[in-house]
Amino acid sequence: MISVEHLTKQYGAATVVDDVSMTIERNSITVIVGTSGSGKSTLLRMINRLVEPTRGRVLIDGRDTSAEAPYLLRRRIGYAIQGHGLFPHRTVRENIATVPRLLGWDEARIGARVEELLEVFQLDPATYAQAFPHQLSGGQQQRVGVARALAAEPSVLLMDEPFGALDPIIRAKAQEDLLDIQRRYGTTIVLVTHDMDEAFHLGDRVAVMSLGRVLQYDRPAVLLTRPADPFVARMTGVSDRAMRLLSLTTAGEAALPGASEGPTVAASASLREVLSELLWRGAESATVTDAEGTPRGRLTVAAILARGRPS
Amino acid sequence: MSARLALAVPRLPRVDPLGALLTALGAAALVLLPFVVLKPNRILPGEPVAMLAALPGWGAFACQAILALAALAALAASNARVRLTAALLGVIAVALALGAAADALTPAGNRVVRVAPGAAVWVLLSCLGLLATDAITRLSPGPASRVLFLALFIGVAGLALAHGTFDNLSVMREYTVNADRFAREARQHVWLAFGSLTAAFIVALPLGILCHRAPRLRAPVLGVLNVIQTIPAIALFGILMAPLASLAAAVPLAAALGIRGVGAAPAAVALFLYSLLPIAANTVAGLKRVPRAVVEAARGMGLTDWQVLGAIELVLALPVILTGVRIVLVQNIGMVTVAALIGGGGLGTFVFQGIGQTAIDLVLLGAIPVVALAFSAAVVLDALIEIRDRART
Repeated sequence: MISVEHLTKQYGAATVVDDVSMTIERNSITVIVGTSGSGKSTLLRMINRLVEPTRGRVLIDGRDTSAEAPYLLRRRIGYAIQGHGLFPHRTVRENIATVPRLLGWDEARIGARVEELLEVFQLDPATYAQAFPHQLSGGQQQRVGVARALAAEPSVLLMDEPFGALDPIIRAKAQEDLLDIQRRYGTTIVLVTHDMDEAFHLGDRVAVMSLGRVLQYDRPAVLLTRPADPFVARMTGVSDRAMRLLSLTTAGEAALPGASEGPTVAASASLREVLSELLWRGAESATVTDAEGTPRGRLTVAAILARGRPS
Repeated sequence: MSARLALAVPRLPRVDPLGALLTALGAAALVLLPFVVLKPNRILPGEPVAMLAALPGWGAFACQAILALAALAALAASNARVRLTAALLGVIAVALALGAAADALTPAGNRVVRVAPGAAVWVLLSCLGLLATDAITRLSPGPASRVLFLALFIGVAGLALAHGTFDNLSVMREYTVNADRFAREARQHVWLAFGSLTAAFIVALPLGILCHRAPRLRAPVLGVLNVIQTIPAIALFGILMAPLASLAAAVPLAAALGIRGVGAAPAAVALFLYSLLPIAANTVAGLKRVPRAVVEAARGMGLTDWQVLGAIELVLALPVILTGVRIVLVQNIGMVTVAALIGGGGLGTFVFQGIGQTAIDLVLLGAIPVVALAFSAAVVLDALIEIRDRART
């Protein structure tokens, strides 16, 4: 658990982060979203003390982060950034081994960890371990960047616009990978982005920032249905908020008992996708099936529409 | 089908334009210019001697046959290896012919007569050198092969010198007379060039790092170094004389260490000052080239400030910093020559003595090793830079 307490950063007369307090739950993904200049990156960088706070403090699992040297703190916290920042003069293997080596792991353990991470990130060790970053595609570089951040098994991973430089298709894939990684390792992830769709898709909880303050920090559905502030409502998007709300619920969660005629949809699909499918086919209802194809229930257009209203 | 068509059309022999130019120049030099100059002693002007008159008949024939082959390769061969081999054979032929001409024209036991290379030799060597350079450029050999090639060339030249192939040539006559001094001045030359470089590196590298870290310092520091760089060498020697002389007068220890207004001290200080700008400026430029995301990621992962500097920033900036070192080294090797004017020693001593005595052979004794040294330093450092740069990208 990360406790942010009255965190403030001032540069001269300018207050970049203004008295922010928030609690980040263990094993969750928290997304900080805001326009540029909102202070979201500065807030993130104060957690691993790349930026020293002017006032306030950060506790990780109850320990004040100012109690140890910043570079020792950072070795326990994963850090991935836009444009990956891979070391161009070191191989993929050496890049990933950076923090384990700083921590003095033995070679066998480092080797095993690098292999494991490359497998997890779908990079064949035989092909890629000895490659240099410039020999990889943008998506591969980004994956190595995240693998490097996770190398020393940190309990906390900070990500600053990690997918900002990727094209939409690779970006969507990277987001799915991140959700898988989070489920696999249970890492507490704090991610900064300016992309509201990304925030809603990834975040268990989302903090909306503007002018150095956190305007609202809650579950995505609450942000949509009960925005605390006109700015939050604008950020979350008034015109398509119903569709956004539908995208937060899966077919499996909303399925009604019983079977149905019509097309079959996966339980993992969002209601937005199911509605789109039904509109396209001109069908009134669909059968929800699980990963094995077993029917798990049904969904009707009326039931989906009911979910698109603030309750 | 297309291959057959190509065979059917008679191919016109393609003449290489560079080869044509070099062949014309070389042939004209061989016919019109003296191959060697025969002087009654080291100072008096000499009489020109053509190759045919200077060499025994078969020798002149062999040399000209090899030169004709080189010309043929230059004109018609498209293979760079063939052209390079031909050019090098040509260089060897001219060098051997020069040595043989000196042997043939010097009466036995006569130590006064001087046989100096004539204009034709210089023109021929220049043409062959250009041909070789062009071929090497086309081959674009890797850094290791370039250094190996240089070592081979130096080795062959050294063997020829040790064997006495050129002993009767005027320059080698000057060397024989000055052998002890030559070794001493060559050592002094290298010592001044490398010593000032080392001192400048030790000062300029941290200065460059400082300028990178504190952008406010950059303009004033580099500005001052820039001004130093614009002062002509002679003027800087002069400027340094007074303060160093008073330092020696005031501090006995300084005088005991050999610091005086004239001599090696002002030369070393001047070279040191000249060396600062290229190294400091290239350090700044090299560090600036390191992507910000890389430094940011390194810090974010918990590298200490020293680790970020030593393992990431300086390693990535190294090719650019080495380029600065190369500039300084080549510049210093040349500039040490001028240091002889204020008693700094070095190979320039022979150059200025030679000018004073109108003994051109003595000038060459100083100048040729300086050129060879600067050239070798450039080749070796270029290779080093390329190896580093290749590792990076």
